[in-house]
Amino acid sequence: MKHGRYPFIIGFLIVPVAIYATFVVYPYIQAFNLSFTNWRGFSPDFEYIGFDNFTKLFQDSTFWKAIQHHIVLLIAMPLLTIAIALFFAFLLNVGGGSKGGLMRGVRGSWFYRVIFFFPQLLALALVAVIFNRVYSPDESGLINGLLHQVGVDQPVLFLADKNLALWSIIAVLVWQGVGFYVVLFSAGMGSIPTEIYEAAALDGATRGTLFFKVTLPLLWSTLQVAWVYLGIAAFDAFALVNVMSVDRGGPDGATTVLGLEIFRNMQDYGQYGYASAMGVVLFFLTLTFAALTLRVTRRDTVEL
Amino acid sequence: MTNSTDVHTPVPGTVDYPGSRKSPAAASHDAKEGRLFSGFAHIALAVWGILVIAPLIWVILASFKSNTEIFTHAPFSLPSSLSWDTYKTAWTEAHIGRYFLNSVFVVACSTAGTMIFGSMAAYVLARYKFWGNRAIYYLFVSGLAFPVFMAIVPLFLILKNLSLLNTFTGLILVYIAYSLPFTVFFMTAFFKTLPNSVAEAAVVDGASHTRLFFQVMLPMAKSGLISITIFNLVGQWNQYLLPVAIMQGAGADSKWVLTQGIANISVSAGYQANWAALFAALTLSMLPMIIMYAFFQRQIQAGLTAGSTK
Repeated sequence: MKHGRYPFIIGFLIVPVAIYATFVVYPYIQAFNLSFTNWRGFSPDFEYIGFDNFTKLFQDSTFWKAIQHHIVLLIAMPLLTIAIALFFAFLLNVGGGSKGGLMRGVRGSWFYRVIFFFPQLLALALVAVIFNRVYSPDESGLINGLLHQVGVDQPVLFLADKNLALWSIIAVLVWQGVGFYVVLFSAGMGSIPTEIYEAAALDGATRGTLFFKVTLPLLWSTLQVAWVYLGIAAFDAFALVNVMSVDRGGPDGATTVLGLEIFRNMQDYGQYGYASAMGVVLFFLTLTFAALTLRVTRRDTVEL
Repeated sequence: MTNSTDVHTPVPGTVDYPGSRKSPAAASHDAKEGRLFSGFAHIALAVWGILVIAPLIWVILASFKSNTEIFTHAPFSLPSSLSWDTYKTAWTEAHIGRYFLNSVFVVACSTAGTMIFGSMAAYVLARYKFWGNRAIYYLFVSGLAFPVFMAIVPLFLILKNLSLLNTFTGLILVYIAYSLPFTVFFMTAFFKTLPNSVAEAAVVDGASHTRLFFQVMLPMAKSGLISITIFNLVGQWNQYLLPVAIMQGAGADSKWVLTQGIANISVSAGYQANWAALFAALTLSMLPMIIMYAFFQRQIQAGLTAGSTK
């Protein structure tokens, strides 16, 4: 078996490693390098300008707007998604009432799960196009069309109103995300032994107590995973903003995100160095978020 | 069983908890309360179900309407006539047919490539000890921590230098590269769980390393492979940022993938837009997912949640 071992190992690794190194590892290293240059892409020559891109970035009001939006996204989107998903997962799992002391899931729970999960399969770009129409400011929009039916004549400008635009986009992210987390939390709740619920119910625990004292603590590690996933998604939102928002990131910069600014600086202005600097900042933000979440939410996990 | 929960378990015989001994009357009260709660649960769940499904049904209904109908009729009114004209327009004039086939071609190649190269690398990393094994493994897995946006500028430049910008080859290679971290991470864990005894028996029978992999180990890893194939299929089919960055410039629109094409129709559509055709295009692009989901919803749910339950 020793025979031909190394040729085999090298033969199996060479293509994947080569593809990965060329298109993933090298660009990431190059991003750090480019962020210290003033390269604009027209000519092959550029110079290293130290931290100039970063100082410029920190004085850029659009950049700070984008950061603000990420903070709003980072708080609102995971909170709403997790709260709604937990609520429905709990209903699915113990909504059937108790029979002989056993908590049962609601009847037809698989059906609800199938429906809830479906948006997860649709591309975010596609969802963005759909909701662009749903939010349409005239009667051709789903919401304004319905409002018109019930006699509201003043259409709601979901995406053109500075105060509403970002929230309209967050609502779409929540709409798409909830089903995935319902399935995830349901799986987690399903693995909690029913004896624990029975014992607690025998002690006279109400459903509220069951939820907060039994379900939540036992689901903690799943919640942590969910929070990290949603947090990382909150640093993206590119597809939605790029497709849905008025003048890409508007109105008046009210919805812009870092991904969009990177893209714009690269494609529209050819500012490769500056766009890379933004990418580096985004990387450190994501990393800080992930590290903080894992640190703050650390707590003795309950093993069953 | 090391249990350190917050759950308070009563010490027997110390306190008489209310409800611990139930009279028949209390039990029937419980059952009534249970039914009430169950009813409430159904209403709440149904409301969310409607919220999820309504926009999709609205899109399908609107795809059969004329532009005037879309503007003047109630959102959920039935179309006045069932005509496929909007679909013909969407498929040919709006080029949805071409984008669709482009997507199918690219994703078929890239998912196949991801699965082949990903499981080859994962297999070697999981079951062979050699110098540099850990380093390569962590190199792959660290890719999970980096946002793609950070790499997008250099990636664009690299593809430009390799003359791969605006080519299917370039897009497929990039899809494979960015799917490898998760595929390698998941499949390495999976190959580690496979029993040694079968592999050893095959070696005794004189199987080579390559044969061992293709004829013994891969078939044993089938369930893991299916999950990750679904995960990659859905992920690559829905990819938007990478194609937008790579398939651009003059003449690129003939090579666009579906997400990109549809987003572009929506963004560039002005006030005279043919909305009905856009709705038809949306319906056409949702259709494969709806059909796939109808047959394989269990596997799809398992595949997409695979990453977070491991």
